[in-house]
Amino acid sequence: MKEFVILGAGTAGTIMANKLARALPAREWRITVVDRDDHHAYQPGFLFVPFHGYEPSDIVRSRRRYLDRRVLFAEALVERIAPDQRRVYLKGGRVLSYDFLIIATGTRPEPAQNEGMLGAEWHKSVGEFYTLAGCTALRRQLDGFKGGRLVVHISEMPIKCPVAPLEFAFLADAYFRAKGMREKVEIDYVTPLSSAFTKPKAAEALGGFLDARRIHLTPDFALARVDQEAKKIVSWDEREVPYDLLVTVPTNMGDPVIGSSGLGDELNYVPTDRHTLLSKAAPNIFALGDATDLPASKAGSVAHFQADILFENIRSVIAGRAPEAGFDGHANCFIETGDGKALLIDFSYEVEPLPGHFPLPFIGPLSLLKESRLNHFGKLMFKWVYWNLLLPARLPAVGTHFSMLGKRPGPISPIQSPPPSPPPSTPQLHEYSHHQ
Amino acid sequence: MSIRTINNKPVDFDAEGFMTNYKDWDLGIAQVIATEEGIPTLSDRHLVVVNFMRKEFETKGDGPSIRRLTKESGVPTKELYDLFPGGPAKKAAKIAGIKKPHGCI
Repeated sequence: MKEFVILGAGTAGTIMANKLARALPAREWRITVVDRDDHHAYQPGFLFVPFHGYEPSDIVRSRRRYLDRRVLFAEALVERIAPDQRRVYLKGGRVLSYDFLIIATGTRPEPAQNEGMLGAEWHKSVGEFYTLAGCTALRRQLDGFKGGRLVVHISEMPIKCPVAPLEFAFLADAYFRAKGMREKVEIDYVTPLSSAFTKPKAAEALGGFLDARRIHLTPDFALARVDQEAKKIVSWDEREVPYDLLVTVPTNMGDPVIGSSGLGDELNYVPTDRHTLLSKAAPNIFALGDATDLPASKAGSVAHFQADILFENIRSVIAGRAPEAGFDGHANCFIETGDGKALLIDFSYEVEPLPGHFPLPFIGPLSLLKESRLNHFGKLMFKWVYWNLLLPARLPAVGTHFSMLGKRPGPISPIQSPPPSPPPSTPQLHEYSHHQ
Repeated sequence: MSIRTINNKPVDFDAEGFMTNYKDWDLGIAQVIATEEGIPTLSDRHLVVVNFMRKEFETKGDGPSIRRLTKESGVPTKELYDLFPGGPAKKAAKIAGIKKPHGCI
């Protein structure tokens, strides 16, 4: 019996386990997936919890339930990976031997990396929305917010879902308008980047969205420390941004076990070939999704596209052939802009987000880099797609590779961002979320 | 893309002002770029960072993140920001003649 071990039953690990379970003969292969608990969170949902779009209970399901019946699930913490022994040591004494290992342990906020962030005010006036506890606590803070300075802040790149903090700022603007108190709230978007987003064309478009919503942009701000007493964040070049409510994205890092097993870079990410997706650690170790050091967005869509490629390459490696399939950094994501609208962006290693249509060139129905209600609906529908098609790996392999068809690369006129429409009488998110 | 003549040498830059071929780089070009970036004289400490960035780029094909810079080059974060005000990873990459580091995606 040959052993396939997958560390992590998040988006990447679950998709891969299910693909392998269908492809590898059960008589010859045992597939074991390890995770610390049986709670699979639909992470795109975290963003909506603070704004009452989802209840925390709406977005967490059993990890085991989304794994193919042929997959064994081991609920345990990983203590050590020993590539030289081809073994994974679990807390509690269990040892798993492997012929092939996939590391899909993801990335997580590590607030202890940021001076002054973890203190008495953590999850109070210093909030975050990248964990279930964090986004739930933040809802209470927003509900009780009487006005003042809301600072949405990124500590250090790279972070998981790099557009989420922007979306948070847009949704906060819509939320306070709907409550009739936008005039009492100053929103400041503080980023270590030089503009609102990493890619120039999207940054230009999104910068316009910030202006139209009167969200102030503080670029090039590299966090030195959080001063909870004085309620301010301070940069390495001694600039200070005061806040009443700080919504921060702490430094993101890979699983500590990657570092302690000697398999990671300075952020505990696994060095990975950017095209074949084979890890540089050992020929029988693969890495997938947020756990890699790839210069692609850390996002579920990327894990999904990568899984298609890596699956082909794993089949080649098992069969003793050289891996062929090449990953091109393809990513796409919806960007909530508030008031029941969203943008969609689609990009790769080499090509930045461009206007056009997706997934069908020239037809859509979703428009790229353009605000629409349909895109917002697409984002909400995605929750159903995630549980029912994406995790079971039943999504047709359309769009694994980035395509220029239907995109307009030429000089683009600045994306018009009409002034936000009057606040809706009822939060629209809620309305849709019942149907899912 | 644009080609500029620096010290009588044609040098290629991308739209964001990063050199597209790091092999065209020399110290004279570095000083010209540094001046444009608001650093009138490159000190030895600047060069420790610049050389580290070039070495990283040569071996890995990408410039280091600030975290890696401080961990591996021995220059503390605070000093990095004093040396390259406004964004050490990006500014030092420009001066080092390497492409924009991918760390910020």
